[in-house]
Amino acid sequence: MSALAADLPTSYLTEENTIASWLLTRDHKRIALLFFASVTFFFFIGGIAATFVRLHLLNPAGVLLQPDMYNRMFTMHGVTMVWFFLIPSIPATFGNFFIPLMIGAHDLAFPRLNLASWYVFNLSGLFLLYTYFAGGVDTGWTFYAPYSTLYANGHVIGAAVAVFINGFSTIMTALNFVVTIHRMRAPGMTWMRLPLFVWAIYAVSLVMLLATPVLAMTLALVGLERFMGVGIFDPSLGGDPLLYQHMFWFYSHPAVYIMILPAMGVASELIPCFSRRPVFGYTGMTFAIIGIAVISFFVWAHHMFVAGISVFSAIVFSLMTFFVAVPSAIKVFNWTATLHKGRISFDAPMLYALGFVGLFTVGGLTGLMLATLPIDVHVHDTYFVIAHFHYIMVGGTVSAFFGGLHYWWPKITGRLYPEMWARVTAVLTFLGFNLTFFPQFILGYLGMMRRYYAYPAKFQDWNVLSSAGASILAIAYALPLFYLGWSLLWGQRASANPWRATGLEWLTSSPPPKENFARTPTVKVPPYRYDPEDDSFISQDGVAHA
Amino acid sequence: MREIVPEPQFATLEQQTETAQLGMWVFIATEVMFFGALIFTYFIYRLTYWEQFRLAGADSRILLGSINAAILLTSSLTMVMAINFAKEGRQQRVIAFLLVTASLGVLFLCVKGYEYVLDYESNAVPSLNFAFKSGYHAPSELYWVWYFVATGFHALHVTIGVGAILAMTRLAWRGRFSPNYYTPLEVLGLYWSFVDTVWLFLFAAIYPLGRAVT
Amino acid sequence: MSEEQWLPFWPPVASNTAVSVDRLFIGEFALSIVILGLVFGMIIAFSIRYRRGSAADRGNRVKKTWHWEIGWTVGSLAVFLCLFVWGANAYVWLFEPPRHPDLEIYVIGKQWMWKMEHPGGQREIDELHLPVDKTVRLLMTSEDVIHSFFVPAFRVKHDVLPGQYETMWFKPTETGRFRIQCAQFCGTQHAHMIGDVVVESEAEYAQWLTTQGVHASLAQQGEALFRADGCSGCHSANSTVHAPSLAGIYGRVVHLQSGEARIVDETYLRDCILLGGAHIDVAGYPPVMPSFAGKISEGDILELISYIQSLSSQPGGSP
Repeated sequence: MSALAADLPTSYLTEENTIASWLLTRDHKRIALLFFASVTFFFFIGGIAATFVRLHLLNPAGVLLQPDMYNRMFTMHGVTMVWFFLIPSIPATFGNFFIPLMIGAHDLAFPRLNLASWYVFNLSGLFLLYTYFAGGVDTGWTFYAPYSTLYANGHVIGAAVAVFINGFSTIMTALNFVVTIHRMRAPGMTWMRLPLFVWAIYAVSLVMLLATPVLAMTLALVGLERFMGVGIFDPSLGGDPLLYQHMFWFYSHPAVYIMILPAMGVASELIPCFSRRPVFGYTGMTFAIIGIAVISFFVWAHHMFVAGISVFSAIVFSLMTFFVAVPSAIKVFNWTATLHKGRISFDAPMLYALGFVGLFTVGGLTGLMLATLPIDVHVHDTYFVIAHFHYIMVGGTVSAFFGGLHYWWPKITGRLYPEMWARVTAVLTFLGFNLTFFPQFILGYLGMMRRYYAYPAKFQDWNVLSSAGASILAIAYALPLFYLGWSLLWGQRASANPWRATGLEWLTSSPPPKENFARTPTVKVPPYRYDPEDDSFISQDGVAHA
Repeated sequence: MREIVPEPQFATLEQQTETAQLGMWVFIATEVMFFGALIFTYFIYRLTYWEQFRLAGADSRILLGSINAAILLTSSLTMVMAINFAKEGRQQRVIAFLLVTASLGVLFLCVKGYEYVLDYESNAVPSLNFAFKSGYHAPSELYWVWYFVATGFHALHVTIGVGAILAMTRLAWRGRFSPNYYTPLEVLGLYWSFVDTVWLFLFAAIYPLGRAVT
Repeated sequence: MSEEQWLPFWPPVASNTAVSVDRLFIGEFALSIVILGLVFGMIIAFSIRYRRGSAADRGNRVKKTWHWEIGWTVGSLAVFLCLFVWGANAYVWLFEPPRHPDLEIYVIGKQWMWKMEHPGGQREIDELHLPVDKTVRLLMTSEDVIHSFFVPAFRVKHDVLPGQYETMWFKPTETGRFRIQCAQFCGTQHAHMIGDVVVESEAEYAQWLTTQGVHASLAQQGEALFRADGCSGCHSANSTVHAPSLAGIYGRVVHLQSGEARIVDETYLRDCILLGGAHIDVAGYPPVMPSFAGKISEGDILELISYIQSLSSQPGGSP
């Protein structure tokens, strides 16, 4: 780190540079970087698992891996990506770094809790790694009973414990965010002047707080049943296998919104800035965020349309699912309308943001198809569903993650990344992604099942295309390691506000000092006061910039 | 008594107090969801297996359960009294009542432990030595599985609470609380009241079954 | 088949249910293309017209965004509700088997095979022979974990649960071989829990039935079990135990001691057999029926059910 900071004035990076000052830090910015290291590590672990899956699927007979190993590979990919990358990614990195900055605070409400959250995350990661090395688990990331409780012969308890502990980390971070946003906003920062990223993190934190404990109880019951040999999901005792599914999905459906809402928050920061105009319909966007968060709790059984729930229940959940799609649609239209009469530039963050909107729309439209009951009956548990959720989570969340990473890179590191490399990578990601996942929609409707280690020979061509796309995607995800790493040592130094953005985080230096602000700022105006006509803007402290 | 300053991220001690309280309420909300999910499973099975749960529930030990409810309710009272003494700055009383609260918590655990021993002796422990009495079928074992999971998790929360109370007692002994600032005690009091409340719900689920007065 | 020549796009359309689902899917697909075209088109058009260097007019931006937002909110909701109604309607039709299907087959899933039982007693593993153009109702259960019975060509799927019965129906409209796949992860060989539905003409099917070497129908086998397992000891006319007569009981409503009314269907009969009188306490009878849990297999239960159905005045099928 000292090479980066040789001639910088004191920033949070250069304050103190011992190992202890990092591992025992209470600075939310350093904790954000600690989380960034952890989630990046698990992203690559999950990516390696995915690589094995796509390599194995090049051949219909499934010869690369033994069946049992393949089953464990896709399960570990899912568990790793969901809980160890997607859920923490944006909140624990950009949320941790920028929530205090965006609201004009000096830190989060509970800095020690924040650090503890990172340690708990790593503890859960250790259990996950133990599960990997001990041979993995093959139940799918959904752990359905009674297979997981009474029949599976993998390390169900290891995986369940890993996820259980991981939940504590999520809850600690979410609690910190909710309390901070309620109690530590700078003078003048009213709720309706909050940047949409803050709204998104706030809503996500509420969902995390209410949903994660249900998962904790569910996994605890599964783990206990497995350990004791008896439990409440055991059919021979009269246990109801559907009860497990209801409890699991009661958490896991809001969980998928936990994964996308922060990404929507990032997109809402990027699109106004790079269009140089205010977001279209700020109030509508906040209502949409809250609406998504609330309605997400009422749609869980759309994962169970063929599971044996009553026709009446299925109809109710289908209706609720269509309702939850409405606020998402509003957001897509509002982002599109934000481009209208803007002054648009196509730096890497904007390329990722536009890619996000497009890919999220495809994912969302296929979500409508899944909400339509008879279509879901056909494509449930096929590659159609896999394609749908990867469009949202990879095309959506990961794109937004990279967009935010590039946007905030100058603020976090004090360096500018090489723009050309970043743009090439963004385009490569978009192309590689579509090549990987679009064929899977077709495969799904044709009837190729998910979680199958072998498939009919006639599906091979589509699978080969998909794996080819995955190899491009792998390169695109590896490239930033190189050019971002390069920028840390040789990148041009960044000014306080290289993007000429309006948020409070851009008022302080790049990188910020440890206390964030010399004095607590006073907020005078709402966010996104960009004027496309003369390219001026008003930052949230009320100062106009030509 | 040394002056208490707010932590650097807070502007005033009052902000720190309000923030800590909000934090504990939010945490309690997560615990409501945790225990709520468990209680939900209870109701699903109770409604499905009405007879079997009635039979199994009649074997639970309502006297011990009631004693435990009385113990916890009393401990909530002593906890509140400790907080009130802190508001008045009476350090000795604070320490005394915190210790009484912790002792009541430990007493709860002892009574619970004794109840578990009795349950073991009457072959009511699934996976260890469960035996069906005549006329009882599989769902009665479901009742007992639930009983041990629920009371087990609750006992864990009581244990953590007792530990926290002892830690607070040490802080009180070192003079960390004053009439201006006794927030950690208030926050702990919230948690302890919550643990007490959960027991009341568990009591209602576990003990009154099969004892209807007809 | 010619599809090996090029990339396959569409699964075979081989049942009445497939036609309905495809119609819905194509409709939504077309709608998605339109919406996607609109959104992508606008993004691209705005990106070009309002790019940084262009001289487009950026004045007079929309002030009251509410009008537009209400507009596309209401519009989205209206479109979504139409899709919902269309889908829900089709789903109700898909998920409620006809009252009198032409054929009823029992399916038992277990790791990692499908066992089928025809009413005439014919048994198959991983294959299901059916006559074309006849409605079929499947009654399914699992012996171990959750499986799922899926025939892509028919667009029908239903999970198969241990300890419960699930039903599914369709009418094959094409002859041929159509893949069956397990659609719920069930263990190591989940990918090989596959089979074929073999749809033949009525004549061929009838021919196939006679060549299976079966001498007793499911109902007849059930009758044998009824005696062998001791059911007739109580449930017969000259028994000393006061037990309900089973003649014509299938499809009737019975009243339990608790006041609850239940219909005598497959699930009810299964509950009686496995849970005994302690759980199913029928009003007017002593609750002394023993439980046969652990003493009787899924296949045997289905045979008994078949026998009891045959005692009913209604010919087969659901009540």
